Amino acid sequence: MQPVDTASRLLDAGAPEIIACTVCDALHEVKEIPEGGRLRCTRCGATLLRSPGKALDRILASSFAMVILVLSALFFPFLQISASGLSSATTLLQTAFAFDSGFTAPLAFVLILLIIVLPVTRAVALAYALLPLRLGLRLLPGTKAAFRLAGHLRPWSMAEVFMVGCVVALVKIGGLARVGLGPAFWELALIVMIVALEASTFCEKTIWRMIDQKSRS
Amino acid sequence: MAHDRSEEPVLTARAAGLAGCGACGAVSTPGVETCPRCGNALHGRRPGSLERVWAWWFAGLIAYIPANLYPMLRTQFLGRATDSTIVGGVIDLVHHGAYLVGGIVFLASVMIPVGKFLAVAYLAISIGRHSHLSFHQRTVLYEVVEFIGRWSMVDVFVVAILTALVNLGFVMAFKPGTAAVFFALSVAFTMISALSLDPRLIWDDAEPDGAPHD
Repeated sequence: MQPVDTASRLLDAGAPEIIACTVCDALHEVKEIPEGGRLRCTRCGATLLRSPGKALDRILASSFAMVILVLSALFFPFLQISASGLSSATTLLQTAFAFDSGFTAPLAFVLILLIIVLPVTRAVALAYALLPLRLGLRLLPGTKAAFRLAGHLRPWSMAEVFMVGCVVALVKIGGLARVGLGPAFWELALIVMIVALEASTFCEKTIWRMIDQKSRS
Repeated sequence: MAHDRSEEPVLTARAAGLAGCGACGAVSTPGVETCPRCGNALHGRRPGSLERVWAWWFAGLIAYIPANLYPMLRTQFLGRATDSTIVGGVIDLVHHGAYLVGGIVFLASVMIPVGKFLAVAYLAISIGRHSHLSFHQRTVLYEVVEFIGRWSMVDVFVVAILTALVNLGFVMAFKPGTAAVFFALSVAFTMISALSLDPRLIWDDAEPDGAPHD
């Protein structure tokens, strides 16, 4: 254990800013981040901070797109099939309610959460926290709570996983029936790309630092 | 204790008598309960991390057993109903020549869950012990497990889509099976298990015992 004076010296007002690696706990001095680059942990190689670049723009753009696409996908036809002169169609909501009876009924509730409610909630929370930051306005009350919520929801927003499920389901019935893809299907396909784009620039620690700096100024 | 040969001594937040936030990396003096930067509860190391990992791991494993024994999907075709389990569904796909999709389902529903149980158990057991994998390799394993877990939900979504979409009465219809519930639970439990693991515990073993760093 280090004497306490070392510890307090590291956090002195005049001391260089430090950050701890969230993966291995190594301490690092926050140096100038090269434009478009990132600071990496010298021990484990994890990303410590990234240059903000257009990260806020991308996160905000994908958040707005997510809300618009998921909500409108609820009302457009999603998929339809026909075989032997019979046909049936489904919307996203009907898919979520597929588990409507017996033992599997609670799954409907979970599905609505995973593919509709949580992705939209996360997108709204991100926009609430980051739009004022991007526009250079005062942060809204509860900004930190909103961004924390977005962080907790991240693993549980599964709109893009659902889309892969669609492709698998379509192949499964492809040989048995004619399948028609509705507008909602293509909207969800867009979501997959948007989520991938957002994930490639998202660095939670960098944005926490930006929120922190803004809230102190 | 295992040491990577490439290891250079570094000063960790804990060795410096400080606490780093596991969410945002901000450094605080110990005794601060809420991270001043992000507002998450501040712990130098997440308390009870390994206990949580194991508790959710076993819960996931228990749910995974009925998920494989009960039928996942009931297919009604021209009045004849057949039940298929997760593995049975993969075999059907391969029989129909859909190797790619069969492969995806096999990957998502069998390989990833089983691999995840093994990987999380390995990581949890290796903490505080000698490990054959280096710290870097175990960090990569941890990140892969965290990233990949949610993709196992694919098969549950497939069942939901088939049930909602294919409803041609006597000709062809799908119904969800009991296994869908257990499988969804198993995926959720193992996700929580992996998320409960504090990766800093892996790297604590890289610290020379008790030696102060400068």
